[in-house]
Amino acid sequence: MRALTALLVVAVLLGVVWLGAGVAGWHAFFGVAVPYAAVLIFLIGIVWRVVTWARSPVPFRIPTTCGQQRSLDWIPSSTLENPHDGWGVTRRMALEVLLFRSLFRNTRTELTPTKRLVYESDRYLWVAALAFHWSFLVIFLRHLRFFLQPVPQLVTFLESVDGFFQLAVPTLFLSDVLILAALLYLLGRRLLNRQLRYISLPADYFALFLLLAVAITGVLMRYVTKVDLVAAKELAMGLVTFSPKVPTVIGTPFYIHIFFVSVLFAYFPFSKLTHMAGIFLSPTRNLANNNRKRRHVNPWNPEVEVHTYAQWEEDFHDKLVAAGIPLDKE
Amino acid sequence: MYDGGKIITGLLVFLILVTVPVWFNAATHAQARAPQLKLPEGATACVEPTAEMRATHMELLNRWRNAAVRSDERFFTMPDGKVYEKSLSLTCLKCHDNKEEFCDRCHNYLAVSPYCWDCHVEPKGGRS
Repeated sequence: MRALTALLVVAVLLGVVWLGAGVAGWHAFFGVAVPYAAVLIFLIGIVWRVVTWARSPVPFRIPTTCGQQRSLDWIPSSTLENPHDGWGVTRRMALEVLLFRSLFRNTRTELTPTKRLVYESDRYLWVAALAFHWSFLVIFLRHLRFFLQPVPQLVTFLESVDGFFQLAVPTLFLSDVLILAALLYLLGRRLLNRQLRYISLPADYFALFLLLAVAITGVLMRYVTKVDLVAAKELAMGLVTFSPKVPTVIGTPFYIHIFFVSVLFAYFPFSKLTHMAGIFLSPTRNLANNNRKRRHVNPWNPEVEVHTYAQWEEDFHDKLVAAGIPLDKE
Repeated sequence: MYDGGKIITGLLVFLILVTVPVWFNAATHAQARAPQLKLPEGATACVEPTAEMRATHMELLNRWRNAAVRSDERFFTMPDGKVYEKSLSLTCLKCHDNKEEFCDRCHNYLAVSPYCWDCHVEPKGGRS
């Protein structure tokens, strides 16, 4: 049911753009106004998100580690699992961001037919997540050929690697196959696993359906329905040089694709997808475990009025001398 | 703000990366407008309508190559009865005789590098 809600929302979006750009022909609205607005919302939203996170207090370091903490020189410490300085944190973050190291430790809990509870490592999610994210990055970078003039070597190189096998015409991109396979796996996982289905919300499905819609429309345009690429680039270049011009020859599939992409951009900062920025600010990953080495003062500690021994001694100075009690001061 | 310096640096890097198209194109003074093609003089129609050719010429060439090379089907009959040889060099390039002002304009604009010229002799100096 919750999956259907999300699917319905995507279907409504499809209906909106199909009626708007396809039937009514509001090409300037869907080709220029919507993408500009979406990117603006995306940029402001991400900055707002990050600034909000950055303003949260960090009273101390959260040592969620699974390695030996640094202490004495002769005890080998695990600098990657339990970093005590910036360099260790940098390496832990790099592995987290590039290879999803935490997800590698993903486990699955199952009740066997003999009613025994077993935990086992489950790396399919990690593999699918890696396949999805890296393919998406490659696809995103490949699209720069529509936004840059002249097209940099890096983009053409990436494209040639992606289409390495030269299968079919136009060349089949491996990232296209991978992203669809990975997204279908991630969706199937939510739909077929009972526990996961129970905890999945419409927002979880919506992100997947939206990404699938983006990928499928893109793939269809490249391999099946075809689009006038020169016109597509003219529109894209017009957008990024702030001199938008709406070509007349691009078909409705193109507008459907960029409308879904625009929705993705605008939705990004306000959804779970914002983990793109959030991963860099995960306190359990990006803080060195130096609680014992350095003093971290809790920022919301109230100002405490203290009366030190020195002050006390000052107050009762004469009486202490009279009683013959030795003073610290002398 | 904790680690404000690092976070703001990170945000700035992110914003610079996201806006690559804006400042890259400004730096290269890129032309936003599509390239103009030099259409062949004398010929009025291609083997398929213009829109169709624009979208699917690569598939047609691929089909033609496979038919000619693998099945020895070298001739193509148009609906109006005209017969063409399935040949890039002899048919396509006969009308579209200027690769630089026809093929390359769009291909360069979109950074497409078709592998036609891995086997075929590339027309030199624009004229085939």
